[in-house]
Amino acid sequence: MRKTTYRIAAAVAAAALALTACGGDSGSSAGGDSKKIKIGTKFDQPGLGLKEGDNMTGFDVDVAKAVAKKLGYEENQIEWVESPSPQRETMLDAGTVDLIFATYSITDKRKEKVQFGGPYLVAGQDLLVRADDTEITGPDALTGKVLCSVSGSTPAEKIAKEYPGVQLQEYDTYSLCVEALAAGQVQALTTDDAILAGYAAQEKWAGQFKLVGKPFSEELYGVGVKKGSDLCEKVNTALTELFDDGSMDKIVADNLGPANYTPNPATNPAKPGGHCG
Amino acid sequence: MLETIQEYDYWAAVVNTLELTLWGALWALVLGTVLAIMRLSPVRVLQWAGAAYVTIVRNTPLTMIVVAANLIIWTQLKINLADPQSSTYIVDNGMRLGILAVAVYHAAFVCEALRAGVNTIPLGQAEAARSLGMTFPQSLTQVILPQAFRGAITPLGNALIALTKNTTVVVAIGVAQVSHAMRRMIEFRPDLLFQIFGLVALTFVAITLPMGLVTGWAAKKWAVQR
Repeated sequence: MRKTTYRIAAAVAAAALALTACGGDSGSSAGGDSKKIKIGTKFDQPGLGLKEGDNMTGFDVDVAKAVAKKLGYEENQIEWVESPSPQRETMLDAGTVDLIFATYSITDKRKEKVQFGGPYLVAGQDLLVRADDTEITGPDALTGKVLCSVSGSTPAEKIAKEYPGVQLQEYDTYSLCVEALAAGQVQALTTDDAILAGYAAQEKWAGQFKLVGKPFSEELYGVGVKKGSDLCEKVNTALTELFDDGSMDKIVADNLGPANYTPNPATNPAKPGGHCG
Repeated sequence: MLETIQEYDYWAAVVNTLELTLWGALWALVLGTVLAIMRLSPVRVLQWAGAAYVTIVRNTPLTMIVVAANLIIWTQLKINLADPQSSTYIVDNGMRLGILAVAVYHAAFVCEALRAGVNTIPLGQAEAARSLGMTFPQSLTQVILPQAFRGAITPLGNALIALTKNTTVVVAIGVAQVSHAMRRMIEFRPDLLFQIFGLVALTFVAITLPMGLVTGWAAKKWAVQR
C-alpha cells in the first residue's frame, strides 16, 4: 500500500515537471523574422498597457503598434517587454528595449539620461469620484474627505504637500484604491487622468465612476528612446502623421472612451518634437 | 542626506515603527498566550481550534494578512478603528489595522515559542501538580506557564526581532513608518539610493541588536535551574 502511494506521487511529480518544461520555451520560436523591435510598456495598467494571456491591450500599446507600423514593423515583429516605472531609464540604456510607451512623463531629470519622442498625450493629475458624487469638484473641495493614491508616488506627495487638510489613504496599487472607492470608504482617487480613465473604463466598473475633469498638473507622455539613437526623430514623424490622419483620436476613443475621457482640450492635441537629443 | 532625512520626517517614521513594534508585540504576546493555553488544554475543541489558527496564520504571507485586514475590516465591513471625524482618522485607522495584522500573524509564532518552553518542563511537574489536587487552571498558572515563559525567552526574543523587521510590510496599506519613508525618499532622491538603504539598514540594526542582547542576558538570568 505504502509503495503504491509513493509510485503515484512520483508519477505526478514527473508529469508536473514535464508540463512546466513545455511551458517555458516560448522564447525560441522567433524563427525566420530577423527584424524585430523591442517595445517596453506596462503590463498591469488597465486601459493603457495590460497583458492578458498573450494579448496586449491599452492606449499605450495601440500607440506603440501604430508607431511601429510607421517605422516598418508589423505586429508580429514586436517583442513586448514589461518596463516598471523605476527601471525605465536603465532598460533603455542597457538596450533591453528599443522604445518605451509606458505613461512615461517627460521631465528634465529624465532627459539627462534618455531622450523622448513625442509627447503624444498631455495628461494631468486629476480626481476620480463615484458617478453620483456632486460635492467633489476639484482638489479644494477635498478638505476632510478621504483621498486614495499609491504610497510614495508623486501625485500622493503633491496632495499631501499642497492640500494638508486631506486625509490620504495609500496602497501599493491603484486597484485597491478603486475597490475602496467603490465600497465608499474613500471619496476620491488621484493620479494622472489617463490612468484614472483606464481604471474607470474597466468592464467591472462600467458607469460607476467619473473623472472630475479639472487636471491640476501637466504630464507630457513621451516615447522613451536611448540617448544617441536616431529612432527619436522617426518616432516624432510617425506620431505627427498619426495625429494628422486622425488615428490618434480613434486610439484614445477606443481605449479610454468608455470612461468618457477626452484629453484636456487646453493642452491637447500634443505636439510631438523638441525632446530629442 | 541630512536635509533629505528631515524633509521626509524620517525620525517620525522611526517612532511609528517603534510604536507598531511595541503594540504589535504586546497584543501578539496576549493572543499567543491564549492560543498556547488552548493547545495545552484538555479540551479537544480548543486544542483543535488553536492548532488550526497556528497552521493557517503561520503559513499565510504577512502581506496578505495586512492587505486582508484593511480590505475586509475597513473597506468591505466598514468598521472604523478610529474616529472618522478626527483630523488624523486615516493615519490612526491605518496604524491600528497595521498593529492588528502584525499581532495576529506573530501570535502564531509566540504560541509555538511558548509550547517549546513548555517542553522544557519535565513531565513529572505536571503530574506532581495533578497529584497535589490542582485543577488545570491552577497547574497552568502556578506550575506550567511561569516555567514555560522562563524557558521560552530566547525563542520569544527571536519572534520579537522578526516582528520588528516585519512591521515594514504594513507599507502595503500606507502606514507611515520606516519603509514608507524609504519609498518616498527613493522616489524623489534616486541619487541617494545607497545612502538611504544604508540608513534604513542601520536603523533596524540599532533597534534589533539590543533586543538580541537583552533576551540573551535575560534567558541566562531567568533560566530554570534543573
